[in-house]
Amino acid sequence: MKKEFLKGNEAMAEAAVRAGCRFFAGYPITPQNEIPEHLSRRLFEVGGEFVQAESEVAASYMVYGSSMTGTRCMTSSSGCGLALKAEGIGYITGARLPAVVINVGRGGPGLGQILPSQQDYLSATKAPSNGGARAFVLAPSNVQEAVDLVYEAFDIADKYRCVCYVLTDGVIGNMMEGVVLPEMRDLSSLPDKSDWVVTKRGPGPNTQFGNKRIITSWQNTGEELEATNQVFADMLEGWKANETRYEAYQMDDAEVVFAAYGTSARVAKTVVNKMRAEGIKAGLLRPITLFPFPEKPFEALDAAKVKKVICLEMSIPGQLIEDVRAFVDKKIPVEHFGRSGGVILKPEEAYEASKKML
Amino acid sequence: MEKIFGLPSTVLEQMTHQFCPGCGHGIVDSLLMHELEEMGVKENTAIVWPVGCSPMAGSVSTINQVSAAHGRAAAVATGLKRSSKDTFVICYQGDGDLAAIGTAETIHAANRGENITVIFGNNSIYGMTGGQMAPTTMLGQLSTTTQSGRNSEQHGNPIRMAEIIAGLEAPKFVARYSVHDAKHVMQTKQGIKKALEVNKNGGYSFIEVVTMCPTGWKMTPEQSVKKIVEENLKVFPLGVLKEVD
Repeated sequence: MKKEFLKGNEAMAEAAVRAGCRFFAGYPITPQNEIPEHLSRRLFEVGGEFVQAESEVAASYMVYGSSMTGTRCMTSSSGCGLALKAEGIGYITGARLPAVVINVGRGGPGLGQILPSQQDYLSATKAPSNGGARAFVLAPSNVQEAVDLVYEAFDIADKYRCVCYVLTDGVIGNMMEGVVLPEMRDLSSLPDKSDWVVTKRGPGPNTQFGNKRIITSWQNTGEELEATNQVFADMLEGWKANETRYEAYQMDDAEVVFAAYGTSARVAKTVVNKMRAEGIKAGLLRPITLFPFPEKPFEALDAAKVKKVICLEMSIPGQLIEDVRAFVDKKIPVEHFGRSGGVILKPEEAYEASKKML
Repeated sequence: MEKIFGLPSTVLEQMTHQFCPGCGHGIVDSLLMHELEEMGVKENTAIVWPVGCSPMAGSVSTINQVSAAHGRAAAVATGLKRSSKDTFVICYQGDGDLAAIGTAETIHAANRGENITVIFGNNSIYGMTGGQMAPTTMLGQLSTTTQSGRNSEQHGNPIRMAEIIAGLEAPKFVARYSVHDAKHVMQTKQGIKKALEVNKNGGYSFIEVVTMCPTGWKMTPEQSVKKIVEENLKVFPLGVLKEVD
């Protein structure tokens, strides 16, 4: 396996191609521009299509249009671009289409900053669109993991016919690390979608009047929409039961537990190591699936043993902390330390701030 | 006895459409359904119907159907066609959809020369939501949001989409028709046929059809036809605006 030195954005874009992505539509926004730039060249080399859309809104609907043909497809953006894509994400979700969305996070709210940030946790995990639409959210903490999760995101999207949302940030998108790229997927090995795509006729889940297929998030009656929403609810319960992922680092005897994802989790690991060197029993719980949230390891924290949970986030106010608080025993104090607006969390300050909380 | 006229197989006989009496959308949809049957493309066509009155024909059509958000039809069609070159892709949109919320998608799909056909039913009103002013509403026309009549100072002037599209390099066929009488209905049919042929041969085509909305205009169907002749066609002149072989 050849190890290459690649920038996060380019590596994620190439991982998408290798996963079988053959359509991308996007709109320029910093700090994710290397994704569309790479794909503008690469997709045509492999027989795919790239469109630089007139807006993030349009890009999300181009992906909606591509997905209904059975094509593996993706869009990427950052910050306020995701707000614009929210409309299309809802349509994709409501029509039960698979698609991958990458968010290379920047500071917000509003125009905010182009610098790296983790301020889209809540919008990604709770409400990526209107009407209760939910996406499967993955959060890599280094370039190799970003590659692996983007590659896998297409399988998850196909498996559940949902939006698989990779939430990363400008640090991971723009730093270079050594990565091993996955192998090129054989398109003929990808899941069969012929029973629902709009490019075919005949019986299937989207068929009306015998032969006609329809792709829509519209339902004719309240009862039908309610039934569809129950299907979504059941799917989300299934995710919670079967799909949560996290990394537990130095957790066996941990008395101080850090909760962090993505870039902040790298900082947290450094802090844990430093505390361990001083004899403080620190550990880290790193959610990899942000939604479904890995509730169990947080519920399992024993109040007799764990003195404190500290959420490290590049967000002020904290966002991850809302989920952590919901599942950690109320007897264990949960605190937050973070930087925001594009200021990158540094291990030294995270260490100092955490020490003061002990 | 010889059957000389019937519904095409692209229309379900057992279903009834939901358009108001005197509405022009049903005529345009009917022409489209006939043409799709006559061209033999009904099995591999996908019609993108966005939000408004325009998608109501979907309930009587056997053609594969896609719903798009308000204004986004041309973007959906772009993704669909780029990923499935063998599919015949058509957008059927109203004026609130195409000429207001969807202007960016409409103009840029046309400018890229996407291999799609856009059929634009222009009835100068938001019909589905109860008769609000559209970008195509006539000056002086009453609507629920221009209760003293549209005036250019406050609301701008009616927008001519076909002329805007015809000003772009890529489109191969751009024309405006009307369905206010039989003669013009037949001309519209020829226009739709031409637009679909351009699509089949690889190119972007755009058809604007001036239609009546008696309910939205608070008029009888007869008065609506009269309004088209006396007012709308003066602002929206008919004819082929662009044709590239």
